[in-house]
Amino acid sequence: MALLKSNKVLYCLGNISPSLGVLSSRHSSWWGGVQMGPPDPILGVTEAFKKDTNPKKMNLGVGAYRDDQGKPFVLSCVRKAEALIAAKQVDKEYLPIGGLGEFNKACAQLAFGADNEVLKSGRNITVQTISGTGSLRIGANFLSRFHGGPRDVYLPKPSWGNHTPIFRDAGMQLKSYRYYDPSTCGFDFKGALDDISKIPEKSVILLHACAHNPTGVDPRPEQWKEIAEIVKQRQLLVFFDMAYQGFASGDIDRDAWAVRYFLEQGHNILLSQSFAKNMGLYGERVGGFTVVCNDAEEAKRVESQLKILIRPIYSNPPMNGARIAATILNTPELHSVWLEEVHGMANRIIKMREQLVAGLKKEGSSHNWNHVIDQIGMFCFTGLKPEQVERLSKEFSVYMTKDGRISMAGVTSGNVAYLAEGIHAVTK
Amino acid sequence: MSVFGDVPQAPPVAVFKLTADFREDSDPQKVNLGVGAYRTDECQPWVLPVVKKVERLIVEDGSLNHEYLPILGLPEFRSAASKVALGEDSPAIKESRVGGVQCLGGTGALRIGAEFLRRWYNGTNNTATPVYVSAPTWENHNSVFADAGFKDIRPYHYWDAANRGLDITGLLDDLEKAPERSVFVLHACAHNPTGTDPTQDQWKQIAEIMKRRNLFVFFDSAYQGFASGSLDKDAWSIRYFVSEGFELFVAQSFSKNFGLYNERVGNLTVVSQDGESLSRVLSQMEKIVRTTWSNPPSQGARIVSKTLNCPELFAEWKGNVKTMAERVLLMRDQLKAKLQALGTPGTWDHITQQIGMFSFTGLNPKQVEYMIKERHVYLMASGRINMCGLTSKNIDHVAQSIHDAVTKVQ
Repeated sequence: MALLKSNKVLYCLGNISPSLGVLSSRHSSWWGGVQMGPPDPILGVTEAFKKDTNPKKMNLGVGAYRDDQGKPFVLSCVRKAEALIAAKQVDKEYLPIGGLGEFNKACAQLAFGADNEVLKSGRNITVQTISGTGSLRIGANFLSRFHGGPRDVYLPKPSWGNHTPIFRDAGMQLKSYRYYDPSTCGFDFKGALDDISKIPEKSVILLHACAHNPTGVDPRPEQWKEIAEIVKQRQLLVFFDMAYQGFASGDIDRDAWAVRYFLEQGHNILLSQSFAKNMGLYGERVGGFTVVCNDAEEAKRVESQLKILIRPIYSNPPMNGARIAATILNTPELHSVWLEEVHGMANRIIKMREQLVAGLKKEGSSHNWNHVIDQIGMFCFTGLKPEQVERLSKEFSVYMTKDGRISMAGVTSGNVAYLAEGIHAVTK
Repeated sequence: MSVFGDVPQAPPVAVFKLTADFREDSDPQKVNLGVGAYRTDECQPWVLPVVKKVERLIVEDGSLNHEYLPILGLPEFRSAASKVALGEDSPAIKESRVGGVQCLGGTGALRIGAEFLRRWYNGTNNTATPVYVSAPTWENHNSVFADAGFKDIRPYHYWDAANRGLDITGLLDDLEKAPERSVFVLHACAHNPTGTDPTQDQWKQIAEIMKRRNLFVFFDSAYQGFASGSLDKDAWSIRYFVSEGFELFVAQSFSKNFGLYNERVGNLTVVSQDGESLSRVLSQMEKIVRTTWSNPPSQGARIVSKTLNCPELFAEWKGNVKTMAERVLLMRDQLKAKLQALGTPGTWDHITQQIGMFSFTGLNPKQVEYMIKERHVYLMASGRINMCGLTSKNIDHVAQSIHDAVTKVQ
């Protein structure tokens, strides 16, 4: 009996990975070798914030817009669109794999301008995606499968933290080009051009269309022109990430200027769009992915392959958010209300930037804080060092990511003075 | 020269092409027995009354906003969804070793589960680990696991065409012969496309071999409640495996049983041996979700969560589910009766023995082509029909068409 039992133990032992300890009654867990994943750096900030009991605490981590009372803001055009949709009593049948047609059309028009030649010739394919992340991932998967050029995707340095793992999981490799200049808290134009001019031909280059995340530093139009020229010379495939159209300057067309300029210059771009921020539809996951092709025939072939990629991920996209976005974009009065509300959100951010700088001057800071006003969009790269960020969280309960990035959306007229006080205290 | 000059045209996804062709057809007697979505007796989509009610509540609730959900989804949804699958009194839930990942439909749950297995199941690279799917199976199973990186996807015996039933001998044999640690995708109930499920005794046999041979259990549960009309009955296989101590995955879909097709509501239930393993698993699931869609859509999860977590709404939902299941059962009875009355050659018992939305009629591709081209009755080339497409108004036409196909076309 004892021998039988020990044989059974040996048999089980043979199947266990070395990292496991105690045997259970049947056999050990499949998951003994699964490591604990590191906490998400951005969400980790929110976790710490939640635990803090200081009434003056500020969460400047995640990029979700807040109103001047620090509350989430549901746009009135969204509420109106929801009411319209509720009244219509539509069914819940599956969307096509590529999503809601009227959304896709409006999405592309928003990016390119309704009378753009690309749209008229039908040489773009635009599919609905799971917000910006889903769009980037579909694009990355598409490149991985079909791009004949080098497998390298060049990201600006720094870039949104999730860009790297998205492209990596899709099977691409990551490289970077200079972008942010810490000495000026501005754009390293010379460094960018220098690096881009050396990128191997036919590589993929990712560009933030506006409101660069995390730095808030955007090229000026004349700088974009030079970038476009070098990119063309190197025959690079351009992938634009546009998550903040309208949100950056307050003007939809102005924020899409770079995208439209590149199209004009003959670049057949890839484009990811998100409606999370500019329509406040974060949790509804509304986005679009576009491939600009040579002609309508090529667009059809590309479309068929995008569907083949999408189907084994989630089959077809969620209706609710896309319906809301399409209703807003396609209903003239809602469309104008939306433009006003986006303008309003962008303006509040700009005002907070101005008030923060004024506050720092008032505190007596001797540093140059102009970059806070020069930078654009939701985020500001303060230039704070990790030790200073740490002190801000410990001593002032002001939370931001370690790289010194703050979400201006978390700043209100009620707390901007406190923020200035804290930043001054750790930098004087 | 375009970078995409060499991109070939991909074939359309068959089931959607069928519906597209159906739409173009102008024949007044046309019937669509293709895509798996419920239809009323008027052949209309049905938004469940409980769903309409809950949607109104959501729209009217001024306190709700559109903020991001956590990466793993709405907590109240995840726990309620896992509870529906495993049962109110599940010991695994009581022991805190069950977790959920809110995903985009059943497809999303399968994909996230597959991605996890490829990375973490047996060592850190499972591209060579065999994944077994039933022969036949939902065609997207193959693509989900292939795109998740698995290179060795194999069929296991399932459908016995000669006897129009389950090939249990072949199935058990495949289980015995599969390399240890292989992954098996099992349909919890209402097998798609055959509608043929193992009996409880057969499930017990399957479980015994899988336990003995260290095979991984990945349930696909897309029809809970929809198959028999009873949530508990349709979850019997899942609960049995859990009670036998298995660690397993369940990809749950709420597309059919809630009629929430286009809101993409799904949940990947993870049953682990202990809470500590579970939290490590979920932490890695987060990494995978973050690069796929960051966080899931909130609308559908809110609807399901509100319904499952409120006793009155939950009861109302069960009633709605029963309505759908019963209409399907009625159509099965009537189709079989009509074929028998017509004296259609062959036996048609399988129509009522099979369960769920689909029926594997046994029609061959030529007969299917006849059905589509000559009779404007659209079904999949495999002979699969969606029972929901049948109504009191079209069932005679369909029965007659099947009869003609069987007698005229070999």
